[in-house]
Amino acid sequence: MSSKKTTEGPPETQQSNGFSRRTFIQGVGVGTGAAGALLTPEAEAAPPAGVVGPGPVSMILKINGGNRSIEAEPRVTLLDALRNRLDMTGAKKVCDRATCGACTVIVDGHAVYACTMLAIEAQGREIRTIESLSASDPVPRNFVKHDAQQCGFCTPGFVMACQSFLENNPNPSQADVEAGLSGNICRCGTYAGVRMAALDAAKEVKGGRRG
Amino acid sequence: MANTYDWPSVKDRSIIGSRVNRLDGPDKATGRAKYAYDRNPEGLLTGRLVTSPYANARIKSIDASAAEGMKGVRGVVLIKDVGDEVQWVGDEIAAVAADTEELARDAVRNFKVEYEVLPHLVHDEDVKKAGNRVSPDQDDSQGDVAKALQEADVTHEGYYGVATITHCCLEPHGNTVLWKGEKDITVWASTQAVGRIGADLAKNLAADPSLPKVSPSDVHVITPVMGGGFGSKFAIDSWGIAAAKLSRMTGRPVKIMLDRHEELKIAGGRPSWYGNVKVGAKKDGTLTAFESETWSTSGMGRGSKAQLPYVLELKDTRVRHVTVATNTGPARAWRAPRHPQCAVITHCALTDLAAKLDMDPLAFFKKNADLTSRPDVYRAELDKAAELIDWAGKYHKPGAGSGHVRRGMGLSIHTWAGAPHDSQCRVSIEPDGAVTAELGSQDLGSGTRTVIGMVLAETAGLPVSQVKVNIGDSKYPPSGASGGSTTVGGVSSSTRRAAVNAVEKLKAKVAADLGAASADEIEAKGGQLRLKSNPKKAISWANACRKLGTETISEMGNQPDRDGGKLADQGVGGVQIADVSVDTETGIVTMNKMVAVQDCGLIIDLQTAESQVYGALIMGICSALWEERVYDEMSGAYLNADMEFYKLAGIGDIGELVVHMMTGVYDDRGVIGLGEPPAISPMAAISNAVFNAVGVRVPTVPLTPDRVLAALEKKGGMA
Repeated sequence: MSSKKTTEGPPETQQSNGFSRRTFIQGVGVGTGAAGALLTPEAEAAPPAGVVGPGPVSMILKINGGNRSIEAEPRVTLLDALRNRLDMTGAKKVCDRATCGACTVIVDGHAVYACTMLAIEAQGREIRTIESLSASDPVPRNFVKHDAQQCGFCTPGFVMACQSFLENNPNPSQADVEAGLSGNICRCGTYAGVRMAALDAAKEVKGGRRG
Repeated sequence: MANTYDWPSVKDRSIIGSRVNRLDGPDKATGRAKYAYDRNPEGLLTGRLVTSPYANARIKSIDASAAEGMKGVRGVVLIKDVGDEVQWVGDEIAAVAADTEELARDAVRNFKVEYEVLPHLVHDEDVKKAGNRVSPDQDDSQGDVAKALQEADVTHEGYYGVATITHCCLEPHGNTVLWKGEKDITVWASTQAVGRIGADLAKNLAADPSLPKVSPSDVHVITPVMGGGFGSKFAIDSWGIAAAKLSRMTGRPVKIMLDRHEELKIAGGRPSWYGNVKVGAKKDGTLTAFESETWSTSGMGRGSKAQLPYVLELKDTRVRHVTVATNTGPARAWRAPRHPQCAVITHCALTDLAAKLDMDPLAFFKKNADLTSRPDVYRAELDKAAELIDWAGKYHKPGAGSGHVRRGMGLSIHTWAGAPHDSQCRVSIEPDGAVTAELGSQDLGSGTRTVIGMVLAETAGLPVSQVKVNIGDSKYPPSGASGGSTTVGGVSSSTRRAAVNAVEKLKAKVAADLGAASADEIEAKGGQLRLKSNPKKAISWANACRKLGTETISEMGNQPDRDGGKLADQGVGGVQIADVSVDTETGIVTMNKMVAVQDCGLIIDLQTAESQVYGALIMGICSALWEERVYDEMSGAYLNADMEFYKLAGIGDIGELVVHMMTGVYDDRGVIGLGEPPAISPMAAISNAVFNAVGVRVPTVPLTPDRVLAALEKKGGMA
């Protein structure tokens, strides 16, 4: 399923501040991954040129079409940047390790678990959050219509997963919906409503890719 | 008229009983709804807990100096002290607050605690290993069960069990707390009890003489929405007290929400239930004897009595129950405490007894419906459920069929009281036409806000979109905690009373203009106040309100605890039937379909009522097939305190769900709570369906593949 959740982003892109994720990792001198590199104590002593962190650094995130700048340590996740630095609290923190989908945002057109992408990695990418949707948009409107929510804590993530899924899968069957939205967990038990909401919203989102 | 409050007659209802979308739905579905976790007041500090890595240990020393000295760390409070015992993994020791969440986590890593490790017990399934950790809760006898078993034509003896599960609320337990000045405390709480948090916090702060004496009314509790509780969120808890102390210490707001692993370790836990059951019946299927000897764990806490035999009342019974103290997270109430476990213990044993009698379990339960307190209701619900799942067309004897995937059906019945809790509502009508209900209640996601709006709108003769509902704030009139399915009866009754009182006042204002001798001759309908005898003689709601001049009508409605008069009642029944497939090679159980038939008196909002039942079925499927708190026997560690290995259903795991609410004559009883009842039967119904599919009982829930395969192997595999 092309909407399958991934913590991988799209191919490397050159970023506005002049370094890509790859050069950033090379600069730290470790090729295994940014998160691991940033947490090593050695990084604190006399960093070589081009290295950022471990203290706060300036970042610019392109969110819902506008640039937002924050100061945050490189270890800060996209989710924590949204919630704790930008007061954009629609995406929820639940499992904090890419299991439940409550933090789902759309990055460069694909659903991503914001708890498992670093904010610094998200620079230069198009980030869409639940705040970009209004209650009259097809997916939220159909979630309300079919009562696809109870406590509502999983809902913003489910709505964003559904939005991304429908943009990438315009004519889903129920089986497609069940596979495509299998990366989100609800505790209250709203899946019966979510199935109907997704299928009904599909009729309206069809071909209507936003942004 | 105002002394005998009642619901409008069926012909006079335009809103009650219809489907109305939840009022807070748009805010939730667009991420605008603000939960306790989402509060970021100016200057916010984030707190994290220091917790025990051991299942049982004494604290030898605590050294907070390294943590306190770290950059960005603003405060540390101890929850336990040197010499105290920690009794389960995750037990709270201290809390630290720092400028950011990341810095708070760093501080926790540098917080040094030395322990003297003590012996632990974390497993309770084998009661023989529990030694002196067993304490008796119950030994209740009536009649002569030994004689009844001896005289029974057929008897059955079996072992059944239900593992401990945890609540795993998606919004973890926690609060954002701001303590300003001496006594001005604001708590944005994730709670089921807006009205209790102030008193709970004040009482706990009083234990510290260095703090100002705080009264419950000094604490302003704000909970417009909350992210799931299911019975586990009534208290301020140690982390809420710590957040208040840290805020007092720093003068800044402090947020402490539990980490996911903490949420699973210390903030949830439905007691297990294991035991041996003997049942006896006459040849015709009449149940005559029930004897059980069961045990459970509530962590280190006290247990409670078994609800056995479940739903059915017999002359000859003996029920014994003990509690095993284990070094596991403390138990918290879960939807319908004890009932789901006791439904498994009873209805699985009875289904096995029916098989011994060579009797269809549907016929068996119908025959024994006379042993319930509402035989006609259960028979009607059994018939409806059987029809919806096509029992007559699909039922086969246990284990009948061929191939490695076997299909089967099973059923269970349940009951719950759900009397209304105490609730006060204030309804105001303002000169500009605004009409508002205010209650210090809370909406757990069950639809409470919507139900209040519907009752108010119906009573005022206005569309739901024209009324305002203010709940989730301790400054509103007090309303009970949301537990035990008591809320919908409580708030719909208090709202009806207040709304009737307020609308009466408005009617009196316009009586002369309409040529009415008294308010009794006027009705509020269709956005108008009009003469009952001549609806054309009318004044619009807006114009009627203008006559108030500068006055605002403000009237209270008071629903006392439990006695709902004509507005609310208690005591419901329900039947559920599951249809499953069991792969006898892999042991995997798949849901095909599940039917729930439920009565709950007068339904205010059919939409959110059905959602409660759908949700209960799905939660029940989770606990029947996957959910289980897993501890390591040797280390006492909690192995699956996360969402990868603490398994919950996804959207593709639930099969087809059918919900049927019993309405019509049931409406005359008034409103009755619905949160608990449908959450009771799923485990028993699904276990019985697996039994029917493979012809062998998988004794312990959850029915995981290993347990299914072990049961099949014991039988010698499938024929």
